[in-house]
Amino acid sequence: MLPTLSGRIQTRIFLLVVVGGPWTLIITPVLPTGADVGASYGATFSVLLVTTVLGVLWELLWHGLQQFRWEKDWPTLFGLLTGIPEGLLVWFLFAGGVVPWSDGVAGAAFVLHFTTTWLLVWLVANGPMRVPFVHWRINGGRLVP
Amino acid sequence: MSESPIAQQHARTPRPGDLTDRLVATDVWTDQMLAEAGIPVVDVPFVTFGGGIGSFVTVDYLRISGVPTSAIRVLTPLRTPWESYEYLTTVSQIPRSERLRSDSQSRPDNIWGFPSYAIAEGPKQWWNVFLEPIFTRYYTPRAGHAFTAMEREMHRIRYPEMVVPGQVRMVRRRAGGGYFTILTPPEGAAPTRRIAYRSQWVHVAVGYPGLKFLPDLQRYRQRYDDFARVVNAYEPHEHVYERLHRRPGTVLVRGGGIVASRVLQRLIDDRDQRGLQTQVVHLFRTYVAGAHGPSVFSRRPGADGWAYQGFNYPKSVWGGQLKQRMRRTSGEERARLYKEMGGTNTPLRDDWLEQLARGRREGWYRVVIGQIEDMRPVGDLVEVAAGTDQGPQLGTFDAVIDCTGLEADIREHRVLADLLDHSGAGRNPVGRLDVGTDFELLGTRNGGKIYASGSATLGGPFPGVDTFFGLQIAAQEIADDLARQGFVQRLGPGRSTSQWWKWVRNTQI
Repeated sequence: MLPTLSGRIQTRIFLLVVVGGPWTLIITPVLPTGADVGASYGATFSVLLVTTVLGVLWELLWHGLQQFRWEKDWPTLFGLLTGIPEGLLVWFLFAGGVVPWSDGVAGAAFVLHFTTTWLLVWLVANGPMRVPFVHWRINGGRLVP
Repeated sequence: MSESPIAQQHARTPRPGDLTDRLVATDVWTDQMLAEAGIPVVDVPFVTFGGGIGSFVTVDYLRISGVPTSAIRVLTPLRTPWESYEYLTTVSQIPRSERLRSDSQSRPDNIWGFPSYAIAEGPKQWWNVFLEPIFTRYYTPRAGHAFTAMEREMHRIRYPEMVVPGQVRMVRRRAGGGYFTILTPPEGAAPTRRIAYRSQWVHVAVGYPGLKFLPDLQRYRQRYDDFARVVNAYEPHEHVYERLHRRPGTVLVRGGGIVASRVLQRLIDDRDQRGLQTQVVHLFRTYVAGAHGPSVFSRRPGADGWAYQGFNYPKSVWGGQLKQRMRRTSGEERARLYKEMGGTNTPLRDDWLEQLARGRREGWYRVVIGQIEDMRPVGDLVEVAAGTDQGPQLGTFDAVIDCTGLEADIREHRVLADLLDHSGAGRNPVGRLDVGTDFELLGTRNGGKIYASGSATLGGPFPGVDTFFGLQIAAQEIADDLARQGFVQRLGPGRSTSQWWKWVRNTQI
């Protein structure tokens, strides 16, 4: 991908809401959360929210690293692998009780939810996104100019 | 793409409806002037000429956006949009079976770039694009894949219905608004020598104005009338390889770009496959020893003489940071940035690296740093005097293959010269046609607009103009600008998606 900083942030928020939101809605009831459906939704949407908000900060770091690349591109592989540090940070925040409204999340449920959501968002960003948004890729990933 | 064959035919038989001295000398024409000259006028809102891939992708975008075939005419001497491009790739050693230097998502037959060429090609290539450019080299499509896909799209959008064969002679502004594009149809195709297309919008996509040869090559040819032993790689030069097949020889290859890479590959493939003993001397004017650039944030990789880069510009000019940055620059600042990211370069490919490493090891591939000072024929051979970093050197070769790809001045193209002289077009900081961010040819507005895309506009606010995706980016900017003027609807998410589905199903539109 060839993102600009603003494009990174816009794409991140858009895809986590538009793709991550419905996916979370679908997958939550079958996750091994060990809690009732209401509490499970509370936990998974909290994870999605924290991933989105922290993601904006992560994008600043990724954009900074991109400056060392001559092509100023962001290889497809990087878009997938950045999920590892991002996922770990979100997990530590929940497990460490830093998220004030959350009582923590079940480990297996978190891994399943986070990895499938990340994978899906990554897949959409690397192709299908260009179908409805034909201007998106030439605008550095910006949806709003 | 010279007009000369058609012009010669016409010189023999004067025909009605020709340009008059008055028309040629007048910048802005009235309808009356054309009527007096007997030149018939055809009305159509949008005219594109050149008829290569630049015209094709622009028409593709407009058709997908909903413009009917009746509102577009493509004026061209080409039989297919890729004819001229395929000629150039073939002579420069990229036949249909070989890979181009183009990104997987840059598909002239598909404005969405999805599915990309790699996805269409199969799982092995999925893995490649997943790991590129970190663990694999950039995927690039085969030339044949690009041409057959364009052929399918050409029929899908009913492109042939919009094509009018012939050569465009000039574009002039029309009194009262719009433009006249003068077409010279082929002999016998029309009762008059010229036809005028009256339109509100004109799109200029004539490709490369022409090849320019280095002074030493021109001097050699003029002095010795020898076009066989000293060749430019963009000209047909198969006879050089055939001669090396008949008897062993030494070749001087000059240049550090992708064409030099391809020519070296051809010479070494022939060595390997046909058991030849060809010796290669490779002359670099600028030898790149390693990573180079003004700062740690802009350092391009390089080694063994070559500057390495996946594509002909840093990738982000096609949509990312560099595109955004260039868009805001002008004048000297823009020229400086062009220089910073320009420079001859070639992509990293494992087979090329292996071949050259083997050649260096076995002694049949040698590198010289310097410039040719003089060439003269000596018997069957060419004697070359070069100024090198080791001092003056003299060598004799069976052939000299010049792989420098210099482009001629835009004035070499008759229509572009006419636009500069009569229609208000100007030059940008690097000397080509000056276009704005929406590819309007600045200075030519006349109750309508002239747009230009492709190589002739290099040096503008968007750098990657002479590439597949660059032409599509231009097409999108032009279509968006036409949407602001009410000619077409801007392509939004709904129509884009439904049209994509039609593309997938190969539904004719």
